[in-house]
Amino acid sequence: MGKIFTKPRSLTDQPTHYCPGCTHGIIHRLVAETIDELGIEERTVGIAPVGCAVLAYNYFTCDFQEAAHGRAPAMATGIKRVRPDLVVFTYQGDGDLASIGMGEIVHAANRGEKFTVIFVNNAVYGMTGGQMAPTTMPGQRTTTSPLGRNVEEVGMPIKMAELLAALQTPAYITRQTVIDPKSIRRAKQAIRRAFEYQLAGRCFSLVELVSTCPTNWGMTPVEALAWARDTLLPYYQIGDFKVPE
Amino acid sequence: MGKILMKGNEAIGEAAIRAGCLNYFAYPITPQSEVAEYLAKRMPEVGGVFLQGESEVAVGYMLFGAAGAGERVFTTSSSPGISLMSEAISYIAAAQLPVVFVNIIRGGPGLGGILPSQGDYFQATKGGGHGDYHLLVLAPASVQETAEMVMMAFPLAEKYRNPVMILGDGLIGQMMEPVEFPEQLRTAPSDKSGWATSGMATRGSRQRNLVKSLFLDPEALNNQNLLLKSKYDQMRREEVRYEAYNLDGDYRVLIVSYGTMSRVCRTAVDNLKAEGLEVGLLRPQTLFPFPLEAIRAAAGGPACQAVISIEMSMGQMVEDVERAVCGIRPVHWYGKCGGDVPTPEEVMDVVRGLLDGDR
Amino acid sequence: MQSEVKFAGFGGQGILLSAKILAHAALEEGHEVVWIPSYGPEMRGGTAYCTVVIGDRPIGSPIIKNPRHLIAMNRPSLEKFAATVKPGGIILINANLIPIGSGRDDVTDLVVPVNDLAAEAGNLRAANLVALAAFVARSGIVGFDILRRCVEEEFAAKPRTLPVNMAALEKGRQAAAG
Repeated sequence: MGKIFTKPRSLTDQPTHYCPGCTHGIIHRLVAETIDELGIEERTVGIAPVGCAVLAYNYFTCDFQEAAHGRAPAMATGIKRVRPDLVVFTYQGDGDLASIGMGEIVHAANRGEKFTVIFVNNAVYGMTGGQMAPTTMPGQRTTTSPLGRNVEEVGMPIKMAELLAALQTPAYITRQTVIDPKSIRRAKQAIRRAFEYQLAGRCFSLVELVSTCPTNWGMTPVEALAWARDTLLPYYQIGDFKVPE
Repeated sequence: MGKILMKGNEAIGEAAIRAGCLNYFAYPITPQSEVAEYLAKRMPEVGGVFLQGESEVAVGYMLFGAAGAGERVFTTSSSPGISLMSEAISYIAAAQLPVVFVNIIRGGPGLGGILPSQGDYFQATKGGGHGDYHLLVLAPASVQETAEMVMMAFPLAEKYRNPVMILGDGLIGQMMEPVEFPEQLRTAPSDKSGWATSGMATRGSRQRNLVKSLFLDPEALNNQNLLLKSKYDQMRREEVRYEAYNLDGDYRVLIVSYGTMSRVCRTAVDNLKAEGLEVGLLRPQTLFPFPLEAIRAAAGGPACQAVISIEMSMGQMVEDVERAVCGIRPVHWYGKCGGDVPTPEEVMDVVRGLLDGDR
Repeated sequence: MQSEVKFAGFGGQGILLSAKILAHAALEEGHEVVWIPSYGPEMRGGTAYCTVVIGDRPIGSPIIKNPRHLIAMNRPSLEKFAATVKPGGIILINANLIPIGSGRDDVTDLVVPVNDLAAEAGNLRAANLVALAAFVARSGIVGFDILRRCVEEEFAAKPRTLPVNMAALEKGRQAAAG
């Protein structure tokens, strides 16, 4: 009887610290499968963010660096510029990438740095305990927007994929989600494509993944999936926003 | 190769290349932008990396990434830029990465001015960023010494796996002096395979490397800090450097001064000697580790009546001088900020003034 | 023995370059030398200045309040710095832009129409070299042949400018002799 399911080689055996229903585990797996399929584990360097995925290096088997909050794209730039032969990816959340690290991500994308960004957007700060993120939805309650996000005061949620796609430098910018098996398969294809662009030395690549945070949303995992589908996806539309020629 | 006339800022760029550092990330800021201008031309010639980052904040982490990947890397900046990099410097020290920083100090605080200053002594020697860490701080007083210290900084940073800072001032960067580079061009980088994220295939290892600074377990973090402390203690034992000038005779006043300011003091010491007044000068070449014992010994000279720290700041190094002298002699301070560097005549007046009470 | 030469003029008059050439020549003669610019906003308009210190021992203070000599390329420079020159020094005065003297009896005024002479040599922009040549010829601070060689080296990448620059040096030398 053939083997029909196995853990990716690029993931360690360590159980994750993520909450029940959190989609980080799925996304870790998709990245690890991609690393396995492309046979690049021995020349890949990951960069962990500050946020829930700060300990991501405990779950991947490749070399890793741990960033300061928001600075992963600058570190990836440093690595990739001095060692273009390495495969470099950052793994960042919405607070890390779209708030404190806005400058770093925009300029890395605009320089066309040839690394890959995995951007997990779950519309809330996770590790610090459910504060408002730049991607929090209008009216969404968080610990720092207890009455719901007031767009009169803090503006509308930032659509990072669209924002980065507006830059003139060629890039691969896509938004996917992981809320059901079909979308997970599409997300996997996007991640693989992002790494392939890097391997070919083509361009900067970023995959935004609309995700869930049942704990900080105050929902069950199943409710969270439904909320993401009904509330996040109409605003954060799925699709490729920029593809290199 | 003979002596050539070079600006301090250009000599910094060339010295780094001679030291085998072919990676430079920076953001322009007066009075050291000539380093970036020089290397923008020079790095492509030697197959090196030059990148102008979007901010000093980003540059700090470009350095982190590159050093973490095991490559020699450096930057240059000036005071406000170093403040912005200070977050990264703390992370770099914590992750034990060898990175060389050059701070061509300008007047502060805030936007301050662009003229020479030594107002970043505290920032360089006592922290700047958060947490328990130290930089190894070298303080050159000429263009030649700046070049030598830059070349020395890379092996030192690798010996300790710790950031090293060259602390100059606007004059050191802007003035031209003859400089001679050694014939032997490169110093071999250290073996970084035990820790750098250079890719497992590069190292021929199945052991992955992790560069990080997070230690959530209190005992682990304490141990990490003890490890860092042991390196700083070793620096205190092995890396103290200073220059003694006119400290053989019966000097009545001991001047402690570094960098550009020490050159002014040296002229003052010569002029006072011609007048018949013996004054000694001790010039720290390392600001961390600080030459505590040498200063204490010099302060104890039989004819020494007073010690004075002369700096282009409002009295920063004087705190370390007081710590060195331990109350065995009165310790004074003289200095100026804003770029109006004290002249030898002013220094002479101040030194004479210290002895007036005795006459 | 230490000599300090302050070069002062408008930004764009080639102050930094002529100072650098003198520093280079002094280095070639085996002296210790420091070239200290004023930098920053002062570089844009107004008075730019630059000091070259030449000595036989390592040079201490790079901060020079009282230079031995002054090369004043415009009037504000002369008015600002004439009083700072040490007694016995030379003050070169660009007669084309400065209708006054130093007003001192303990220094030598070397009055040279450097703009006119540069124009005669073929390019007004060589006025800095006319002044440098006149000063070197009068002071003997470095040998004139070494000065010529350093100018050749400085303009090695622009050989077409060399005849004019050499002519400018000669004009300056003759003016100092005359």
